[in-house]
Amino acid sequence: MRKTAGIAALFVAGALVAPFVALADSSINITGSTAMLPLVKEAAATYQAKHPDVKIAVSGTGSGTGITQVAAKSVDIGDSDILAAGQSALVDHKVAVTGFAVVAHPGVGVTNLTKKQLQDIFSGKTQSWKEVGGADVKVTVINRPRNSGTRSVFTKTIMGDVPLTASGLTEDQTGSVVATVKTTPGSISYAAFAGARNQGLTEMKIDGVAPTEDNVMSGKYPVWSYEHMFTNGPPTPDVARFIEYVSGSADLVRKAGFIVVHDMKVSETDR
Amino acid sequence: MALASPGRLHAAAVRAHRTEFVARTLLRAASAFVVFAIVALIVYLASEGTKLFTHDHVSPLLFLFSPTFNPDANAPGSLVFIVGSLAITLFAILVGGPFGIAVGVFLSELAPRGVVAAMKPAIEVLVGIPSVVYGWIGLTLLVPLIRTVTGSNGFGLLAAGVVLSVMILPTVITLSEDALRAVPGSLREGSLAMGATRWQTIWNVLLPAAGSGLTVALILGIARAIGETMAVQLVIGNAAVLPSGLLSPAAALPTEIVMDMSGAQQGSLLSHALFSMALLLLLIAMALILAVRFALRKRM
Repeated sequence: MRKTAGIAALFVAGALVAPFVALADSSINITGSTAMLPLVKEAAATYQAKHPDVKIAVSGTGSGTGITQVAAKSVDIGDSDILAAGQSALVDHKVAVTGFAVVAHPGVGVTNLTKKQLQDIFSGKTQSWKEVGGADVKVTVINRPRNSGTRSVFTKTIMGDVPLTASGLTEDQTGSVVATVKTTPGSISYAAFAGARNQGLTEMKIDGVAPTEDNVMSGKYPVWSYEHMFTNGPPTPDVARFIEYVSGSADLVRKAGFIVVHDMKVSETDR
Repeated sequence: MALASPGRLHAAAVRAHRTEFVARTLLRAASAFVVFAIVALIVYLASEGTKLFTHDHVSPLLFLFSPTFNPDANAPGSLVFIVGSLAITLFAILVGGPFGIAVGVFLSELAPRGVVAAMKPAIEVLVGIPSVVYGWIGLTLLVPLIRTVTGSNGFGLLAAGVVLSVMILPTVITLSEDALRAVPGSLREGSLAMGATRWQTIWNVLLPAAGSGLTVALILGIARAIGETMAVQLVIGNAAVLPSGLLSPAAALPTEIVMDMSGAQQGSLLSHALFSMALLLLLIAMALILAVRFALRKRM
């Protein structure tokens, strides 16, 4: 009886320790920004193909979540479109730049909006597309939740002090924003270039400037941000190698729909 | 077989005794763990859920009755979510409640045995469908339908209410059928013998006699509806505003928790406010369970 108990205890102990042993075999856990997801997923796939001994798990949960999770040491890398305010332990690695497009349902009948018109629409003041020269369709604003880096960048670069409307819809991922804009007449939202492209949506010009990579690089298009990979303290060699791989693979970054950091002719402070 | 020696018999008894002891210990440990888990959950929620009031010094009245939810600006008013939750739950019980009881009456009083045999498994399947599937179907079929018919954007209280009405059906149907079957056959026979029609018997005898059981069916339907998260989140629109009508996008307590929880930093006002909402949901669930016990006691 005692022997059986001993063996059982060994099994239990083994089961408890096993996951940690498995973790030691270089696995990298990443969560955060859904805007960055296309880039990080693609990078993880190609990196793992080259380094079969490294396991990379990527999930999209929102920039705010990425920051809180890496600050709590639950993951190795927290992806974020925004800086981590008040998190002094976190080390910032800028791996790319992304622009964010204002996307609308194709039936709205408008392809250009001024910054002021955008503020009026997203604060709930403009109720119909007719008021900005479009179709006679009701405006449905789709926002991202509070933890979204995309929302935060859009607020900072377009809204300023004007508050986003609380009415309208909230969708918690870049992907679901795009899907909802596609199916909801009169809807408008914002999404990272990589997610917004080739979806049959109207990508709004802002004050006549189209949301293109070139316009972001030259500083003409205002809605963009660095894509950050945060680590809690200096990264381990394995993690550091992966981060260098992402930021150093210019072709991969461009192919995924993002902008290489050193292609930028302006910096965030110039905005 | 030869008779076992006294020594062997003794060994067998000892072995049986040991098995008995091990089994009893395992069962006790399992029960103790369940009690521990429940107590731990309640204590944790109560402690985190009250920090908004003790640590951030927000008045509970403001939390319950202020319509402004903007934690960044120190405003954790949760009225919009409470109203949203109550509205969709009320809708679900007003639509799904009578519908479910009607099916329960049909199954216990009118349906031929073959129909019952076919419908029972169908209703069980309805229970087993994951809520994300209900939400997904609501998003792909119901929301566009509401959009086409009403000209709204489709998301809102109506969509969430309809999805919930369907989701509470199995609970209400099963429990109301059981309640009606529990009514003594003598009441049924007595009523029919006095010349009452089937409908008169159902309406004047059976439904009143099963009253407390039907109340329990409705209360558990409410409990099912108020905590539903995934299906509601997909179709309600998640707008933190007081709904102006059935077509207005809104938000509910569980959907607000799930939208904001992952980004809420521990110790922040947002995190405390979300825990207070979770605590509120727990209190509502407890109140509903108490109501069930009360309704059942009345029957005894």
